Amino acid sequence: MTKSNIPFNKFYKLFNILSLFLILISFLLLIFKGLNFGVDFKGGTLIEVRSLDKSLNISDLRKSFKNLDLGDVSVKKFGKDNDYVVKFEKKQSIEENFIENIKIELRKDIGNVFEFRRVESVGPKVSAELLKSGVIAIALSLGAMLIYIWIRFEWQFSLGAIAALFHDIIITLGFFSMLSLEINLSIVAAVLTIVGYSMNDTVVIFDRVRENLKKFSDIKIYDITNISINETLSRTIITSMTTLLALLSIFIFGGAILKGFSFAMILGVIVGTYSSIYIANPILIRLNVTQKTILKEEKE
Amino acid sequence: MLYFSKLKIISVVIFTLLLSYFSLSNFTKIDDDFFKKNINLGLDLQGGSYLLLEIDNSPVLEQQIQNKLIQIKKFLKDKKIPYKNFNIIDDKKISFEINNEFIDSTSNLLKGKDSEINPYYDQFKTNQFELLVVGNRFELTYSRYGLIQLKSSSQNQAIEIVRRRVDEIGTNEPNILKRGNDRILVELPGLDNPDRIKSLLGKTANLTFRFVTQNEEESFGTERLSFLDGSDESIVSKRIILSGDNLIDAQPRMDSESNQTVVTFNLDRVGAKKFARATTTGVGKKLAIILDGQIISAPNIVEPIVGGAGQITGDFTFQSATDLALLLRSGALPAPMKIIEERTVGPDLGQDSINAGILSLIIGFTLVVLFMFVKYKIFGLIANITLISNLLLLLGVLTLFEATLTLPGIAGIILTVGMAVDANVLIYERIKEEIKNENNKILAFDSGYVKSRSTILDANITTLIAAIILFLLGSGPVKGFALTLGVGILSTLFSVYFIARLMTAQYVIKNKDKEKLI
Repeated sequence: MTKSNIPFNKFYKLFNILSLFLILISFLLLIFKGLNFGVDFKGGTLIEVRSLDKSLNISDLRKSFKNLDLGDVSVKKFGKDNDYVVKFEKKQSIEENFIENIKIELRKDIGNVFEFRRVESVGPKVSAELLKSGVIAIALSLGAMLIYIWIRFEWQFSLGAIAALFHDIIITLGFFSMLSLEINLSIVAAVLTIVGYSMNDTVVIFDRVRENLKKFSDIKIYDITNISINETLSRTIITSMTTLLALLSIFIFGGAILKGFSFAMILGVIVGTYSSIYIANPILIRLNVTQKTILKEEKE
Repeated sequence: MLYFSKLKIISVVIFTLLLSYFSLSNFTKIDDDFFKKNINLGLDLQGGSYLLLEIDNSPVLEQQIQNKLIQIKKFLKDKKIPYKNFNIIDDKKISFEINNEFIDSTSNLLKGKDSEINPYYDQFKTNQFELLVVGNRFELTYSRYGLIQLKSSSQNQAIEIVRRRVDEIGTNEPNILKRGNDRILVELPGLDNPDRIKSLLGKTANLTFRFVTQNEEESFGTERLSFLDGSDESIVSKRIILSGDNLIDAQPRMDSESNQTVVTFNLDRVGAKKFARATTTGVGKKLAIILDGQIISAPNIVEPIVGGAGQITGDFTFQSATDLALLLRSGALPAPMKIIEERTVGPDLGQDSINAGILSLIIGFTLVVLFMFVKYKIFGLIANITLISNLLLLLGVLTLFEATLTLPGIAGIILTVGMAVDANVLIYERIKEEIKNENNKILAFDSGYVKSRSTILDANITTLIAAIILFLLGSGPVKGFALTLGVGILSTLFSVYFIARLMTAQYVIKNKDKEKLI
């Protein structure tokens, strides 16, 4: 079997410009368009309705919900043809008979041809707390990764790895903003998993960079990174393939609830694999990592 | 790295078989006496309701401050310390003034470990109230721990009442837990319509009997309250004849004379005496029955009620009478509660989620297994056997701890399937490199294992860190994801380094002379 010898390093500049461009667009999207927060983080109520009558269509449902005076109501198709998700922002706290009253009113309006499959109601205080703990969780995991990698590697490497992580998170969120996909609790879980996966991928290449720095005393870091990427390339491809196979299976067969979650993760795996090669490595070069960097650390 | 002692082989095999047995016992009960544990299904999979209630402690706080004020007044009077200008500021501060010559002695009485009137909490090293003296003005404010103490005591009372109410309705295996010091979490598996429970939990159920009065200037004061159905208003005295505390039983009944649904009740001895006295002196008056500040009904007292039993009439349906009786039997909440978060999943959605989860697990698993076999042939087979035992180990551990499996948890398992092969891939790719420079196959395999080890550990620890943080900070279903992901990493490391390595070693030692081994 022959090892691949693709000149990845030739394209560092090109892809760095592309990444900067994507990050810039993501930032602009996040600032001007913002994220589509779900009820977990914004507060409000979500009802998954299944219609039992084929003739009941989305505009009927929208009209009946609009009549209920619930504030801003959105009705969307969800998964199967006859399933819908209704979301609205209820300003005051959740009343006891609130859902029951909606059911009664709806029955009056369109008849008993629907069922509520799922109800999620989150008060403003709880949603603020969930948002806070989500942000803390992501910040904390980034911090923990930074510390771990700092202990295991030299600081130049940790900077490279963390830059790659930020790159992945920002671009994934940028995609979510662009496509107006909902951000809920499971997306936070997905982002954290992306952080773990991207780190994992970067660490594999960095380990090899380090090993090769010790092995070849006369090769510059520019080429060392390329050798290392090539040497680990088949692993990178195989692992991202199997992970993507698993994620695609969740995305296609796992039901509507897991769609956003698995989509975020598919996106993250692709971006994470790319950033391990094209963000993490060029940073080692920019920071002038040499054979000495490794030796210094080892002497200490 | 390829050598295994007999003892090690036996331990690995026993450990794997035992956990596999645990995981399989979820699907078929083999021997109930030996192992009874099961994986729990989360509410999102079995259907059910999750309610988070928050206690509004402000009325309790107000009440406690009032009581404290009266206590302090009495205390100062007993100590013969003259005081003036007692008042309560913003419902949270007691303030009063003392003549100059008593300032030191009074402040000594109100602070420190031995204060009779301001209890000292040894474990927090602080008093119930913080004392601030400005000139001759004293100010007492709840200390941080005084507040916590107050909140947790009302939480303890409330959780007891919530438990009673939920038990009375009779759902299966409810889960009622404290959250923080002013919240209560209620999980009701299998309940797809929580509306009745919600309306019962939201009621304080503070029942009082008070006279209706025309006379606005009564010594206890009066207030204007509306009827429950909103039809009318009435002026009632603030003097409480009887409260729900004196009730020992309440039941819904059909009154045979009027053909109306009523709630009958029995009073304890003290209550019966009070009730008899009030109804004797008050014949001809109207007695209002008030629940949470609204009048249920205000019947005329026709004759004294001395037996300690009575009935509440009102515009009841049988359901509402049953609910009122239930609320009265289980007692009043110390403070009002609000539902601040609700998540309800119907049972068929739960079943659909289970089906979708299992389908995607089977498909994801099959794809990964096929991919590995095509790519690595015999070693792919080893990786696949490892993957199966990995899944069994993962389920076994979850069973052992009776963990809760959620829909994102299933996603975590599928993701583990995808990422678990990574370790074996890293090892095999490394071996392929080593074999080029090393003629001795066994040595090549050995160094492949050794050289990839730190990379594998690094890579897995990073994911494990993410999983642990998510487990600690995540809530509900997301916690389930973190759990399966985290346990999945551990079971992966075990199966790669013990099961897969064992199989690889056996195979390589037998076939070391084969030309193209990997």
